[in-house]
Amino acid sequence: GVFAKIGGHAEEYGAETLERMFATYPQTKTYFPHFDLQHGSAQVKGHGKKVAAALVEAANHIDDIASALSKLSDLHAQKLRVDPVNFKLLSQCFLVVVAIHHPSVLTPEVHASLDKFLCAVGNVLTAKYR
Amino acid sequence: RVCVSACIPLSLPRLLIVYPWTQRFFDNFGNLSSPTAIIGNPKVRAHGKKVLTSFGEAVKNLDNVKATYSKLSDLHCEKLHVDPENFRLLGDILIIVLAAHFTKDFTPACQATWQKLVGVVAHALAYKYH
Repeated sequence: GVFAKIGGHAEEYGAETLERMFATYPQTKTYFPHFDLQHGSAQVKGHGKKVAAALVEAANHIDDIASALSKLSDLHAQKLRVDPVNFKLLSQCFLVVVAIHHPSVLTPEVHASLDKFLCAVGNVLTAKYR
Repeated sequence: RVCVSACIPLSLPRLLIVYPWTQRFFDNFGNLSSPTAIIGNPKVRAHGKKVLTSFGEAVKNLDNVKATYSKLSDLHCEKLHVDPENFRLLGDILIIVLAAHFTKDFTPACQATWQKLVGVVAHALAYKYH
C-alpha cells in the first residue's frame, strides 16, 4: 500500500533519507568518507536510489525478505559491516521522509507496519554478521 | 508553537500503537484494545498533556535540563520503573508526528535540531537512574 504510493518517488526518497540521516546522525557519515555528502551530491542520489530499490524489492517479497535480500545480506556481513544500530537510524529517517511527503498515509497503524517492515529489513541485513 | 503543542500529545497514543509493548506501563488506563480505543482513551490524552507540559519546561530550561527533570527522573526510575529506552522511542515518534505536521518545513536541519532536543530530554529523564 505504502510502497505503491512511494513507487515513482523511490529514488528521490532514498536520497532524502540519506541526507537526513547524515544531518541528524553525523556519525553515520563515517561509512562514507569517499563520498561527497553535500546537498545535491550525485553520489548520495545514486546511493539513495540503491537503498530505495532494495526496500521496494523487500516489500515486493514481504514473505521472504531474507531470500530477496540474500546478496545484500552477504555484502553487509562480509564487506560493509555497518554497525547494526545504524539501520534503526536509517529507518527513522525513511519514516520521516514518508511522513513529510505523505502525511495522511502514515496513520498510526501504517506507521506500525512500516516500522515493523524496516526492522525486519535491518535484521535480514545483519543476520549473517556472526 | 501551537502546532508543536498539538504534536506532543499526539505522540503518546502513536507510541502505544506503533510499539505495543509500551502499553505495559499503562495497565490502569482502561481500554487500550485497539488503535481507536487508544486514541480515544481519556487517560492517554490526559497523560499526553502532562508530557507536553514537562517538555515545555525542558525547552524553557535548556541550560539546565538535568536539574529540571531531576525529580521526574527519580519518579520514572523508582516508582514507575520505565526503561529509558522508552524515552527514546517516544522522542522518535514525536519527530515523525512533527514531520507529518510541518512537511516540507521540517528541513533536515530542523529534524537534526529536534532529534538533539529529544535526545537531551531522554538523557535527562534517565540521568538519575540507579
